[in-house]
Amino acid sequence: MTSGWQMVIGLEVHCELRTATKLFCGCPNVFGDEPNTNVCPNCLGLPGSLPVLNQQAVELAMAIGTALHCEIRPSTFHRKNYFYPDQAKDYQISQYDEPLNVDGHLDLPDGFRVGIERAHMEEDTGKTSHSGASGRIHGAEYSLVDYNRSGVPLVEIVSAPDMRTADQARAYVTELRAILVASGASDGKMEEGSMRVDANVSVRRSADAPFGTRCEIKNLNSVRSLGRAIEYEAQRQIALIESGEAVVQQTRHWDEGTGRTEALRSKEDAYDYRYFLEPDLVPLVPDAEWIRAVGDTLGMMPAERRARLVALLDEAGGASEAQRDQVTTVVDLGLDDLVVAAVAGGVGSGLALARTANEAATDADAARALDPKSYLELLQLEADGSLSATQAKAVLAELFARGGGDPADIAREKGFEAMSEDSLAATVAQAVADHPDEWGRYREGDDKLAGFFTGLVMKATRGQANGKAVAAELARLRG
Amino acid sequence: MTAPRPALETATMVRAGEELAVDVLEHHLAVIDAGEEAVHAFNLVLADAARDQARAVDARVAAGEDPGPLAGVPVALKDNLCTRGVPTTCSSRILDGWRPPYDATVVTRLVEAGAVVIGKTNMDEFAMGSSTETSAFGTTRNPHDTSRVPGGSSGGSAAAVAAGFAPLALGSDTGGSIRQPAALCGVVGMKPTYGTVSRYGLVAFASSLDQIGPFAHTVADAALLFDVIGGHDPLDSTSLHRPTPRVLTVLDDGVDGMTVGVLTEFLDGVDPDVAARVHQAAEALAAAGARIEEVSVPEVALGLSAYYLIAPGEASSNLARYDGVRYGLRVDAEDTVAMNTATRSEGFGAEVKRRIMLGTYVLSAGYMDAYYNQALKVRTRIIEGFAAAYTRCDVLLGPTAPTTAFAIGAKVDDPLTMYLSDVCTIPSNLAGHPAISVPFGTGDAGLPVGVQLLGPALSEGTLFQVAAVVEAAAPALPAPRLTTGAAS
Repeated sequence: MTSGWQMVIGLEVHCELRTATKLFCGCPNVFGDEPNTNVCPNCLGLPGSLPVLNQQAVELAMAIGTALHCEIRPSTFHRKNYFYPDQAKDYQISQYDEPLNVDGHLDLPDGFRVGIERAHMEEDTGKTSHSGASGRIHGAEYSLVDYNRSGVPLVEIVSAPDMRTADQARAYVTELRAILVASGASDGKMEEGSMRVDANVSVRRSADAPFGTRCEIKNLNSVRSLGRAIEYEAQRQIALIESGEAVVQQTRHWDEGTGRTEALRSKEDAYDYRYFLEPDLVPLVPDAEWIRAVGDTLGMMPAERRARLVALLDEAGGASEAQRDQVTTVVDLGLDDLVVAAVAGGVGSGLALARTANEAATDADAARALDPKSYLELLQLEADGSLSATQAKAVLAELFARGGGDPADIAREKGFEAMSEDSLAATVAQAVADHPDEWGRYREGDDKLAGFFTGLVMKATRGQANGKAVAAELARLRG
Repeated sequence: MTAPRPALETATMVRAGEELAVDVLEHHLAVIDAGEEAVHAFNLVLADAARDQARAVDARVAAGEDPGPLAGVPVALKDNLCTRGVPTTCSSRILDGWRPPYDATVVTRLVEAGAVVIGKTNMDEFAMGSSTETSAFGTTRNPHDTSRVPGGSSGGSAAAVAAGFAPLALGSDTGGSIRQPAALCGVVGMKPTYGTVSRYGLVAFASSLDQIGPFAHTVADAALLFDVIGGHDPLDSTSLHRPTPRVLTVLDDGVDGMTVGVLTEFLDGVDPDVAARVHQAAEALAAAGARIEEVSVPEVALGLSAYYLIAPGEASSNLARYDGVRYGLRVDAEDTVAMNTATRSEGFGAEVKRRIMLGTYVLSAGYMDAYYNQALKVRTRIIEGFAAAYTRCDVLLGPTAPTTAFAIGAKVDDPLTMYLSDVCTIPSNLAGHPAISVPFGTGDAGLPVGVQLLGPALSEGTLFQVAAVVEAAAPALPAPRLTTGAAS
């Protein structure tokens, strides 16, 4: 960030809900089907069709509200009127001045709290593809519309303008994504459009100054684009102001290729959506019992899951910076239950976390599908020295490939037997004999060289030796 | 022409195997053949499909089954009710070529009750009008005098029943579109409580006001049809979960001990010959044992103004979907926006355009509070005004329309005068209340007069009960002659 300036960032995240059917009709809510196959009179906006609200969508929206610590309130639906070919009725049914969820917050992993102004329900539009290289409407010869997405349930989560750096914005979206996945509301697939982010960005000279004029940036398809777009947009605004010009309130389009934002439309030609109460629906008034029931089904949220792992590390002497990163990885991938089960089975938290974050994480789908008991047994074999780290990794890969199994059996099949004490002692003795200078320094107290000798032994045994046993033998020789 | 046989009687005979549904149908098709050219009640007569339905009814009777309470009774449908595979036009060019892939809930219920759908009736375009003159397919003419309008917007349905083309018809009523043409054509027409009849498959005009209801020659036949189409429908979120009143069973219960309020505001500015019939109906009710009171509900005077803000506002949104993209008319142009504009310019008539523009305006930023939101407050006041009246009265009585049928062309170029045709019917739509128009003799020109009974929400049972008494006391109507100039 250019010194002397501060960014102000608010984010609007559209999240497609993972319901079986659409928001107002019984059509399947699935991504990637043949175009215009999951459609009916309702989601095509045929004359005479009427919307009927999907209960599962309401419950997922309430789950999001609960996870974001919102107040869940009586709410209504409005019509947002505008013409566009992928808008089947030429209006969108959306919650307007009485949204379902209001006044919540989201805590970033570093503890920074971002306010949530609202999280409201609305229906998605169809999807337009324009012919031609640009893929945009200007210059297209024709356009194709797929209404499979028309009427898919969305929750739009609007943050307060609380973020001050692109990193915070990235962390917010990452954390929000984890919460949406953990609450069962979304699959969190940004690449499939399940989560879509718009960023409101402005700049000001100091934290005390009033907010500057903001621009809304659209077409942010990844966390990386989000960060780049915010950085670019802030610099653009700063350059404008420093050259004596004013920022114009605009909607801008992020171009991933050029790395720039371009003006789409300014405030003056913003649509007048003519919101009015949707007469085809009745108010949505969840009672306390329903709200409580939805809350009861909600699993642990990512922050709580991370805290659970950090607590396990704390019991073993505290978590390093690297381990905190591992905790984040493991929770993001939904593998934390494996770590917890392993520690409960007597495996050290450091080992359980490292194997999970480094190895299990390489195939998270397989790891989530694995019987936690097999995983525990494997880590126990490594912990008690029956398998070396390299052997344990090989057995895990085999467990993934087979979709399960008995780690001890796999180790035997692979010929992984713990090295006999005699053969280990001989190998260590050989290494010592080959490097008398280093041995001398080690004997004089240069402990760092323990790693040097362990490395030699591992190399000689192609990783079959147990690290702890090597360390014990070195210590015995030193006397 | 003799008085048409009541639907109740026809259904009873068909169910008993005393008459064939196909014969009932052929009789009505012959009447249509003879009179449709003079009246133009239909956009489409479904002779072949109706014959199939009639044969199916007869087959069920032959097999010892009961086809239902409307067995073999031909029913005409306003052309804004969706019929699977059959053009549903709303009398607009914008829906050119569109065939719905589904039936409206009321159509499904009719067929399940053994009815035979005989055709789709003409209407004001998208139900916007009070004379059927805004139809893109020509004006329907009043069977009592073919130089006059049948009223509207359900003019085709009213005329079809009046002319004997069908014993029953369905219409939709947003501001009087069932009751006013019923009055002008001399038949019974009823708008139910909002939410008692499913709107699923009714092409929307103003969703918070639209309600489907019956046309019939007699109060009993209207009750029969209402009982078939009413009741909760999970496909309509505004459909009431409470049981719909059954009305056919209460028709003989009389009005002894009831209080009927004559609504003074509805008699302001009404033609004297119409007002005279209202007073005569009140006397008849008094003679039958009702207590008659004059009642004032000043708020209803605001109804017309509020209606012409709310209904166009909703319509401007409901009619946005006719954009040439997915179905109906498309007028090609260089890009999408130009295509939308060309399609809508060519596809909609003047009255529809007027209301879309009015509605767009009243919902626009900066004007919404002054117009639309103000109208919603008036709506609440009208509900409160009626509630006060219903603490003293069981039902209210007034005219259905301020005049009898007017000449074709007389008001079509003067929208404000035309809008006044609905001044007595609109308040019930704004309140969501039921109301029924019952023929009560003729006016000075020998044309039918309708008197209107209004009641609070879900008072259909009481309304039909009172309507039966009014009907019994009503002076006879001359039979429609399907020519110009009324019989006298």
